[in-house]
Amino acid sequence: MAEWIEACAADDVDEEDVIRFDHGGRTFAIYRSPDDDFFATDGYCTHEKAHLADGLVMDDIIECPKHNGRFNYKTGEAKGAPVCVNLKTYPVKVEAGKVMIDIG
Amino acid sequence: MAKKRDYSLVGESTRRAIETGLASAEWYHTEVPRKTMKELMQRSDGPAIRDTIIWIVAILGSAAGIVWFWGMWWVVPFLFVYGVLYGSSSDSRWHECGHGTAFRTRWMNDLVYQIASFMLMRNPVQWRWSHARHHTDTIIVGRDAEIAVMRPPDLLKAALAFTGILDFRYSLPTLVRQAFGTLSDDEKSYIPEMEQHKAVVAARWHMAVYVATIAVAIALRSWIPLVLIGLPRLYGTWHMVLTGLLQHIGLADNVTDHRLNTRTVYMNPVSRFIYWNMNYHVEHHMFPMVPYHALPKLHELIKHDLPAANPSMWHAYREVWPVLLRQLKYEDYYLKRELPPTAKPYRGEFHDVDITVAAAE
Repeated sequence: MAEWIEACAADDVDEEDVIRFDHGGRTFAIYRSPDDDFFATDGYCTHEKAHLADGLVMDDIIECPKHNGRFNYKTGEAKGAPVCVNLKTYPVKVEAGKVMIDIG
Repeated sequence: MAKKRDYSLVGESTRRAIETGLASAEWYHTEVPRKTMKELMQRSDGPAIRDTIIWIVAILGSAAGIVWFWGMWWVVPFLFVYGVLYGSSSDSRWHECGHGTAFRTRWMNDLVYQIASFMLMRNPVQWRWSHARHHTDTIIVGRDAEIAVMRPPDLLKAALAFTGILDFRYSLPTLVRQAFGTLSDDEKSYIPEMEQHKAVVAARWHMAVYVATIAVAIALRSWIPLVLIGLPRLYGTWHMVLTGLLQHIGLADNVTDHRLNTRTVYMNPVSRFIYWNMNYHVEHHMFPMVPYHALPKLHELIKHDLPAANPSMWHAYREVWPVLLRQLKYEDYYLKRELPPTAKPYRGEFHDVDITVAAAE
């Protein structure tokens, strides 16, 4: 069941960048792609507990700050060692300048 | 009396590190604004392509010199250059490309990583995982698979490391064992199960090249193929050891602050090219996302929060030598890095007790 929540203002995220969003004891990462689209994934790397929001966004890749593990943040696909487990992604929509994510 | 350190990755120290929260812990980071860090982390192919072209040309040029002057004294300088490029500079290429920071383009990182791993006789799969562990648990006894000098220090072993003999004796049999499909318990502790077969396949590829090299040497009745492939791991490894030992030797273990267990040393430009700026080692450990070419800038930015860098390799070795001698008797003793007044203090919970004990001895 869908559960849309407001994560941030669209302007809070720079182009080709990521920010952290915490909600209900969970942490998420909100991305803005170079094409100005928004995406959301779990906030922690699936390899070890590191905040992806401290990492580097390059095109459609988020690189973890701890071991440089790479994911496609649009699909959640793990792109190779040291990350082997895909990242959970969440539906995103932008309404009235607010980034909404479906955590349901 | 303090317990002896157990450096196996599946033993008593491992259990203690996990129980005490030293394993996979939160580490100290100097605060750097996100915007600045983002700029520092930016990838670029340019510097690494330039350096790699120089590297390859120098390797091929010195190899040609070895072949041309073989049997004459003139071969010695070419052996010297080729050996260092093959047996030492490959370590920093392996390292940076393993992190994926040298080039922006992924396949370039992967290609150089594979070549450098072969030159070093390192299984590219195994060592990718061991290095990930090294970054998670830097110098945490029982967790870190890459502690170069354990306590109490074996000084003969450290000295022999400069010749490459010990590493050669370890690396080659390890590859043979892995090629036959056997991974040790330590290796299994940090290579995920789904990756272990890849380590076996990689070892087989490496062994195939070595067997082919030996076959060519026999067919040609010449030492040259072996002098060019494999043996540089012996005669050219000294610079890697010279620079690499300084990363952590004599400093604290079982702490979660890279300022205490890692060393930054200023080096000459030639060594920095060979070492790809890994002399800025505290900076690298704190922020492994920053490419080698941006480390000097990062150093300038955060040095107010770090212990003063050693001004030279000579200074660093002179500083650490008495510490190593003392560790022969008191293995808990270590060199505590002093912070400048502008730095945030060390967290005491993991290491203050050790300092007191060591100082009282």
